[in-house]
Amino acid sequence: MLKLKVNDIDVEVEEGLTVLQACEKAGFEIPRFCYHEKLSIAGNCRMCLVEMEKSPKPIASCAMPAAEGMNIKTNTSLVDKARKGVMEFLLANHPLDCPVCDQGGECDLQDQSMFYGVDKSRFKENKRAVPEKNMGPLIKTQMTRCIHCTRCVRFATEVAGVPELGAIGRGEDMQITTYLEQSMQSELSANVVDLCPVGALTSKPYVFEARPWELKKTETIDVMDAIGSNIRVDTYDWEVKRVLPIINEDINEEWISDKTRYACDGLLHQRLDTPYIKYNGKFEKASWQEVYKIIKSKLENTSKEKVCGFVGDLTNMETSYIFKEFFDRTVETDNYESRSDNRYVNISKRENYLFNSSINGIEDADLIILLGANPRYEATILNARIRKSYLNNSTRIVSLNDCGDLTYPYESLDGQTKTIKEIIDDTHKLSKEIESAKKPMIIIGESLLRLENAQYLFDNLKDFLNKKNKFSEDWNPLNVLSCDAATVGNFDLGVLNNKTNLIEDLKSNKFEIVFLIGQDNLNFVKKNEFVIYQGSHGDKGAECADIILPGSAYTEQDGFYTNLEGKIQKAFKASYPPGDAKEDWKIINELAEFMNNRKLFNDKEELDSSMLNYLKLQSEKQTEQNNNNSNSDFNNENLEIEIKDYYFSNVVAKSSKTMIECNNAKMNLKSTGTEG
Amino acid sequence: MSLRKPAKDQPESFEFNASSLEAANNIVEKYPKGKQQSAVMALLYIAQRQNNNWIPLAAMKYIAKFLDMPYIKVYEVATFYTMYNLSPVGKYFVQVCTTTPCMIRGANKLVEACKEKISENECELSSDKSCSWMEVECLGACVTAPMMQINDDYYEDLDKEKTSEILDKILNGETPKPGSYRGRINNEPENNRKTLTDLKNA
Amino acid sequence: MLKDQDRIFQNLYNDKGSDVAASKSRGDWVNTKEITEKGRDWIINEIKESQLRGRGGAGFPTGLKWSFAPKEVGSRPHYLVINGDESEPGTCKDRDILRFEPHKLIEGCLIASYAVQAHVCYIYIRGEYFVDGQKLQAAIDEAYEKKLLGKNAAGTGWDLDIYIHYGAGAYICGEETALLESLEGKKGQPRLKPPFPALIGLYGCPTIINNVETIAVVPTILRRGAKWFASLGREKNTGTKIFCISGNVNNPCNVEEEMSIPLKELIEVHAGGVIGGWDNLQAVIPGGSSMPLIPKDRCETLKMDFDACVEEKSGLGTAGIVVINKDQDIIKCMARIARFYKHESCGQCTPCREGSGWMWRMLERMAKGDATKDEVDMLGDVTTQIAGHTICAFGEGSSWPVQGLLRHFKKEIQERNNLDPIVQKKNNIPYLVDQHLLDKKNA
Repeated sequence: MLKLKVNDIDVEVEEGLTVLQACEKAGFEIPRFCYHEKLSIAGNCRMCLVEMEKSPKPIASCAMPAAEGMNIKTNTSLVDKARKGVMEFLLANHPLDCPVCDQGGECDLQDQSMFYGVDKSRFKENKRAVPEKNMGPLIKTQMTRCIHCTRCVRFATEVAGVPELGAIGRGEDMQITTYLEQSMQSELSANVVDLCPVGALTSKPYVFEARPWELKKTETIDVMDAIGSNIRVDTYDWEVKRVLPIINEDINEEWISDKTRYACDGLLHQRLDTPYIKYNGKFEKASWQEVYKIIKSKLENTSKEKVCGFVGDLTNMETSYIFKEFFDRTVETDNYESRSDNRYVNISKRENYLFNSSINGIEDADLIILLGANPRYEATILNARIRKSYLNNSTRIVSLNDCGDLTYPYESLDGQTKTIKEIIDDTHKLSKEIESAKKPMIIIGESLLRLENAQYLFDNLKDFLNKKNKFSEDWNPLNVLSCDAATVGNFDLGVLNNKTNLIEDLKSNKFEIVFLIGQDNLNFVKKNEFVIYQGSHGDKGAECADIILPGSAYTEQDGFYTNLEGKIQKAFKASYPPGDAKEDWKIINELAEFMNNRKLFNDKEELDSSMLNYLKLQSEKQTEQNNNNSNSDFNNENLEIEIKDYYFSNVVAKSSKTMIECNNAKMNLKSTGTEG
Repeated sequence: MSLRKPAKDQPESFEFNASSLEAANNIVEKYPKGKQQSAVMALLYIAQRQNNNWIPLAAMKYIAKFLDMPYIKVYEVATFYTMYNLSPVGKYFVQVCTTTPCMIRGANKLVEACKEKISENECELSSDKSCSWMEVECLGACVTAPMMQINDDYYEDLDKEKTSEILDKILNGETPKPGSYRGRINNEPENNRKTLTDLKNA
Repeated sequence: MLKDQDRIFQNLYNDKGSDVAASKSRGDWVNTKEITEKGRDWIINEIKESQLRGRGGAGFPTGLKWSFAPKEVGSRPHYLVINGDESEPGTCKDRDILRFEPHKLIEGCLIASYAVQAHVCYIYIRGEYFVDGQKLQAAIDEAYEKKLLGKNAAGTGWDLDIYIHYGAGAYICGEETALLESLEGKKGQPRLKPPFPALIGLYGCPTIINNVETIAVVPTILRRGAKWFASLGREKNTGTKIFCISGNVNNPCNVEEEMSIPLKELIEVHAGGVIGGWDNLQAVIPGGSSMPLIPKDRCETLKMDFDACVEEKSGLGTAGIVVINKDQDIIKCMARIARFYKHESCGQCTPCREGSGWMWRMLERMAKGDATKDEVDMLGDVTTQIAGHTICAFGEGSSWPVQGLLRHFKKEIQERNNLDPIVQKKNNIPYLVDQHLLDKKNA
């Protein structure tokens, strides 16, 4: 620890921190534009100048490492004068067009000019005008406002791993641009909007939509992938205007993917806002009582083995749980399933389907092996962590498949499962590497688990790691990369059926009633089944339904989600469902009441506590049940990574116009190429 | 100076010819392994030399691939340094130093000569497209001011008349002799040498 | 006047040729081996005792700089980088060393590399000096041929490779960390210090950066002894220096002279006097454009060395003396220098990026008499808002000449610019009144 003085207050800070951080620790806020904790230090805005004893000039506190015995002053006239001077320069060529700037109200320059700005400009020359740059469908530019802090350039190069932004020219003519003004090829690109301290880079879909002080802000959880990014949903009345990241160092740090941020306009389109009944192939509006009545009579007149239920990829845990209870207690069958394919999972132990090394653990790993996973598209934020690990520790990364650009270098193997078998059999060079690695990570993608030999591969890989003593108190090398927000929660709740293959049964039309709850990914040809679809968006599931129960999207109801690491987080209600639509759990509860004159749960609290209790009991009885299938014959398979179209991976994204534009921009770039 | 923009008419493709390629490979050798990015400045020069004194975007892209670095980084370098011409400047590129030491010795007369002989505006090709001129900052030959640079060579101790003569020559496709145009030897005090005299006389 | 035998650069005017044979006849490469055999500590100590200060402008003691290099070579190799990005207006001394005394530089590189334990030396030459760089390259090639470079260079047992790296028209690359960035193939934008290049420099390795002239005088100092060098000039301002005298003099020239030589002697004796006579002198920029000018009355007695110039609130800088006589418009001269700095600002940090253009535009107007009275003080404000607040010394370099002008020629500016300010100062303006309307009323 280093001891230093800030404004005569003694502080102790760890080695490696900067003077700026020491000042913050002492309770003095330092104004800054270019400095950002998650980016490299540029020291170019010069706003954070402080006085240091024995230094004739003020120093940039963001760049100066704290040292023993320093005596820092942040409140002297020298400091004040320096900062005012810098502020005057920043404002000299700034257009001061705050009334028409979307950054207004949350602009660092605006805020800090309240402290360091003067009331009138002494700059009488013509102001500089900078042409706007095209940066794709997400980022609107107004480069005249740019103060050249280079945060965006550093973000693109360091975090996103796509060095496509740069500052060209020099001196006062320096301009930030992408190479030949193309859109940034990154799934994290829109984070530059948050990073931009002024209104130079603003959000294109959100342009002139609202002022920050008009919006209701709700801190909640994202469901676009299984990461569980922490987000803030800003709503204006019913409408979700924008989604912003909030800091969670263990999960998404400060970033969110473009899909998380911009799929939110999908919440406004294709919504199911009233119950529907299909008569002669046409949907007609109905009341809740009518649809409940029909469902009741259908269920009562069908033998329970002929009823099945499928839970979708965005469903929150309460809904899944009450759905399971509904089937267990009201329908009295366990024909429910949360998977939409024949993916292998052994839920007897939680570690069999979790990302056990944890997202933070990625930074400690010394060897990362990707088996059937493309983290860039399946879990963008997690991919950024792998890149961070690579940047900080030059972590060695190997992928069974060639996944294209993952934003970091990796060795790719042949994509054959026999290579995995060689690893397991200790005959591959990677076997040795795993053995000698202190903290290896094996990341297994869903594509691998869908293979015929998935069980053989999974169980033997686990055995192999066990044999090599890779499991310890503080490290678990086995990681399953789930793609969807509901996956892990559903496994925790046991919403799956390993006794019979429901998907196969469904495809061979063995059921008479199919209850889909937010499930749009089942590929089955409907014959005589009576399909009930409950969900928020009119998509594939609703199309084939006979009855539609309008539910709520993730921003419209409270609900738990467990992320791929097994962390349970609560999403909060930011808006309300449209029209007659109801919260999902309520619909099932009412349906159960309609059928048996008895609610499943009296209220949401009872549901929550029952569910949490169930989860607790489950976690206590974790015993590995081996199906003894491990020694079956092994056949080599070609592992292909199936990724859902990144911008259209769920119903919300599919309904989003912004996502369509993103996809078009990407396609466009591919077809025209980047030849200059 | 405002931001220099790449020319509108750009060639489709660019590739080093054999001699450029050899030179480029020799330059990459000068830097430690893995630091080949250091060669970018020299490679841009090679491209400029090969491509008639200017660098097309395709060349930047080619160099980026050659050195395994992002395009934008090459673009940044090419726009940062003023000696890279991003649009055609002609076979003879005349740069007149007009910074204070040259200015107070009459650099504006040189500019006048350029305007008369080459083109009205700087960075504008002459009518036969063979040359262009521009004002530049200090070229580091202040003792022999005023001066100008044509391609690689310095022409020093000039006045308007001599400049016009030189420009006439280049417009005729000749390459005039570089150096002082008052006949003095290097940077010695003209006709007033008080030092190192025995050496001179020896 | 300095005796001819005490001049280090005997071939400054290329009387004798610059190849190895000619250089050997002037004493270069004669006993390089004996010098290095005396050991690193001796070399560094001798340089320290000679009180040699860097010739690139800042005047940092060279021996001290060398002693910052790590004593042991760790996992990272050491580098020696020679700064030949001579772009300071008024300065053209390194060019003559590159083309006429290349072997002084090359031998200096070998000795310095040995002293700081570098096996690779890069010489960064400004792109415009391409022809002069080629002459140096020819000298390097000849040195390799004669086994003065490469493995066991000059029989010293030390391996050294020298490479030339050309700049491409960026004054800022003369700043040592910007030069390193440029060497690494990036934009020449200065780095934040600390860390200093002696520990983390080129490619993150310990790097010593010296000016061409500094390194080129090293072999002679070591041959003739620190005492000899220290006997020239005065305490802490020792040795000889190449002065570049340009501007309104009868015989502009480069000349090597003793430190602390009176400015008047340099101008009158070597440069043949001011055009129009000494009385026609207006001001002198003593050390390249970034040093504040000195008006005539102070020039009478000024001694040309680091400390004496500082006492005059200026600096020796690169010793590029620009003489400005009374036929010139001093405001215009300074406006042109301000334009130079505006053009050369790298754009990285705020004060310099925004301030250098502002200063230039104001000065341009002032030269034309288009500025208001209050702007003269405002210009002073702007210079102080730049200086000391930037990443590198460019901030000072761009604002000092303007400050010098304001210090000595404020009256001239005020006389020419007496327009009334559009916004007049009005005391007792109550708080929360629309100032804009008030300004209009006063206009």
